[in-house]
Amino acid sequence: MTAHFDLIVIGGGIMGCASAIRAAQHGMRVAMIERASIGGGASGVNAGTLSLQIKRVKLMPYALAGHRIWEEAGEQVGFAKTGGLTLAFTDVEAEQLRERMTAKREAGAPIHFLSQAEVREKAPNLCERVKLASWCAEDGYANSSLTGTYYRAALREAGVTIIEGADAPLLARAKGGFQARIADEEVHGTRILLACGAGLEPAMAMFGVHIPVRVRVNSVSVTERAPRLVDPVIGHVTGLLTLKQKGNGTVLIGGGWQGRIDERTGASEVDPETIIPNLQLAQFVLPALARLRVVRCWTGFEVNVADFYPLAGPLPGVEGAYVLGCVRGGYTIGPYIGRLMGDLIAGREPEMPLFDPARLLAAAVQ
Amino acid sequence: MTEQPHFDVIVIGGGPAGVAAAVQADAKRLSVLLIDEQERAGGQVYRWNGVGIDAGPGAEMRARLAASGVRTAFSHRCWHVQPDRTVRCTGPDGNMTFTADALILATGASERVTPVPGWTTPGVVGLAAATILLKSEGVLPGRNVVVAGCGPLLLFVAAKIIAGGGQVAAIVDRNGPSDWLSCLPAAMTNPKLGMEGAGWALSLLKRGTPIHFNSRIVAVNGDDEVQAVSVAAVGENASSSAHSIACDALCYGDGLMPATEMTRLLHADHDFDAALGGWHVRADAHRRTSLDRIYACGDGAGVMGAAAAPVQGRIAALAAAWDLGKMDEARFEAETQRLSRYGQRVSRFGAAMTGLTVAGVRVPLTGSEMICRCESVSHDELERAVAAGAVTVNAVKAATRCGMGPCGGRYCVPSVAKIIAAHEQVDVSRIAPGTARPPLRPVPVGTLMGDFAYEDIPFREPAPL
Ligand SMILES: Cc1cc2nc3c(=O)[nH]c(=O)nc-3n(C[C@H](O)[C@H](O)[C@H](O)COP(=O)(O)OP(=O)(O)OC[C@H]3O[C@@H](n4cnc5c(N)ncnc54)[C@H](O)[C@@H]3O)c2cc1C
Ligand SMILES: Cc1cc2nc3c(=O)[nH]c(=O)nc-3n(C[C@H](O)[C@H](O)[C@H](O)COP(=O)(O)OP(=O)(O)OC[C@H]3O[C@@H](n4cnc5c(N)ncnc54)[C@H](O)[C@@H]3O)c2cc1C
Repeated sequence: MTAHFDLIVIGGGIMGCASAIRAAQHGMRVAMIERASIGGGASGVNAGTLSLQIKRVKLMPYALAGHRIWEEAGEQVGFAKTGGLTLAFTDVEAEQLRERMTAKREAGAPIHFLSQAEVREKAPNLCERVKLASWCAEDGYANSSLTGTYYRAALREAGVTIIEGADAPLLARAKGGFQARIADEEVHGTRILLACGAGLEPAMAMFGVHIPVRVRVNSVSVTERAPRLVDPVIGHVTGLLTLKQKGNGTVLIGGGWQGRIDERTGASEVDPETIIPNLQLAQFVLPALARLRVVRCWTGFEVNVADFYPLAGPLPGVEGAYVLGCVRGGYTIGPYIGRLMGDLIAGREPEMPLFDPARLLAAAVQ
Repeated sequence: MTEQPHFDVIVIGGGPAGVAAAVQADAKRLSVLLIDEQERAGGQVYRWNGVGIDAGPGAEMRARLAASGVRTAFSHRCWHVQPDRTVRCTGPDGNMTFTADALILATGASERVTPVPGWTTPGVVGLAAATILLKSEGVLPGRNVVVAGCGPLLLFVAAKIIAGGGQVAAIVDRNGPSDWLSCLPAAMTNPKLGMEGAGWALSLLKRGTPIHFNSRIVAVNGDDEVQAVSVAAVGENASSSAHSIACDALCYGDGLMPATEMTRLLHADHDFDAALGGWHVRADAHRRTSLDRIYACGDGAGVMGAAAAPVQGRIAALAAAWDLGKMDEARFEAETQRLSRYGQRVSRFGAAMTGLTVAGVRVPLTGSEMICRCESVSHDELERAVAAGAVTVNAVKAATRCGMGPCGGRYCVPSVAKIIAAHEQVDVSRIAPGTARPPLRPVPVGTLMGDFAYEDIPFREPAPL
């Protein structure tokens, strides 16, 4: 059986979903092909921090726009604007914090520095050794577990055909476009978007495009429910801690500590050797954590390319194919950059520039 | 403990399976560490009650262990295991890491309780949990108790309640007399236990305890305490045929489920077999899992009962000894064959008993009951999530929080699988359990951390600006 579409999107994370919905809104007939389930990848397991303070300077406008989209989605994604604190505990860290947050403020994030008294007022239970703290009132979080529910409904509403559980689709060029073969089904698309997260490098390779993508494993932990300990989202100047107490009282702890990849299955796994320092830093910052039980630690894939900027644009040398992924802070930025991608594929001019993957080919040749 | 963190063999679980494995491995001159979160060996059946004289098979087991060279780490809770056989646990001295050349998992089973409306009312106790109350604490679950579900524990619990001076309002059994009769041949293979069971049955008959065969609980009534249960025939519409039985407690269980969280965390291969309690880790005749030098035995690898568990434990230990080059082939073959033959004989009883609980594996859910106690997720909510397209255990968990609480989904995931299976019109055996995540048991942050200084935290360079 063959079904025909204007666009097939490979990968049902935020990137793929947001792009698919936008393209469908422009009148394209779109199929979403997801190996596991919508929002089952990084988009559904990330720490959900919406913090401008941990966004790259050049990505700030995209992050600001992403914040607004999540804010509109509101309760459906568990959005909460709590404000965010980033902390430094030594002189060296304070210096770093000053430099980094000043650059981010200049890029448009409403960040300022707080006195120790102000820190105590915003978060009285924090460790008293804080040297310097920055504050951004726009910061907050959303509940990434709801990504799948949210986007599955939005895809349906936009009229996108959803194909989930499509293990290892075989992708190829076909007459007048592209095809994805899943078991005995064939899906045909005039255009194709590769938005398959940690699966990007092999997917691009199916079209003869070789861009090295580094796959990393990020970890997150969560505690049992606890009485209110802290309101704002908390970060550390190194980015090695993100901490927030959700509305239900659980405390979510992340910071990009690296897990492992299971040799047999390729699944990402928690590494206790990194979970422990992650929790140490968390407990140092919020001493009351010592009493709380950790109920779950988990991991997801985060991917990046050599320059740590997104892959977002046409797949070099393959007419009609596009790629979107490797976005740092992709939970925050995803809904917006996906829209831009949908615009590009539908032949509209995106309101902000994208990040042409061809730059990485040129670098590879050099 | 700390001076030698590496062992030839680590055994996790100090029930009949694990103790037998540890003692056997020690007899083969392997260095062995046995870990259990309880204070002493015994597991579920031979749990030591902490008072009085330690007697019976449990005491014998503990004496054998004490006389061996096995090192023990009781009151140690494993929270993480790795395929390279690194084991982490928390104990009185905080977080400990041990490694081994072979890892034997003997972590037992947990109880299957099928949710019905009202099952979270105080006064509802699991059937297996009730055995612990009765055995080690000598406490009656209530004064007028309904005992319901399926399997041999129905008889045991009812008889113990009566022996303890309580009243059994009724036994509600999913099975019928013919199911029990079909167990008779197997029961004869263990005359002692068979007679014991017959004795319980007789005592109930003598008392005229009402037994409702082929029946099930459809609701528990009462607000702050159990006041009655509604009972209907299996397969019949609950609303039309239910009748009420007054009681002040309900002991209710549908058999045991192998503990798979450790083996799923390890990504070992698993199979579904209702006759073994549902999902269980795959192990070959010598108890080898799909992972290198990791073995599984006892109820945790498929519920076979207390007699089969030590035999499997010993076979696992022999396989480890052989795989580590500590036994010659002839000895290995001879000893494992002898044990296997013996095991087949003694397993028949337990297998037949587990067979009586198969009736509880696929029972349909009622409709409006609470499924996830930790996170308060109802059946309706789960059905809505499944209808909206969340058709894997992981997707349902993400959408509803079902299974995200402290129990780690141990009790609710089988119900989630049933709801998905009903929606997708497939058998529950087609619905994979969700991804297992550490810690295997909730652990206090402070216990994991121990003492540390800020300066010791291994910071990396910050991300590019
Ligand atoms: C643990 C963790 C914490 C994070 N915390 C934050 C945070 O706090 N804030 C923030 O802004 N960002 C955070 N991120 C980053 C963010 O989650 C990601 O950047 C973003 O979700 C990536 O979205 P994506 O759609 O590119 O990838 P994914 O969500 O991974 O989606 C890719 C999808 O493609 C599917 N797929 C893969 N290969 C194929 C194939 N061959 N065929 C079909 N389908 C395929 C996968 O199953 C997956 O569903 C975090 C990431 C991780 C891992
Ligand atoms: C609640 C309950 C009551 C039962 N009552 C009876 C009964 O009365 N009569 C009867 O014949 N059978 C009973 N059974 C069945 C009985 O458990 C088994 O047939 C038999 O005990 C199986 O032995 P085992 O060694 O495989 O597991 P178990 O005896 O269950 O031993 C497993 C051990 O592993 C330990 N463990 C598990 N996970 C971890 C971890 N992460 N860290 C550290 N330690 C861990 C546990 O503490 C436990 O001691 C009961 C089962 C349950 C669940």
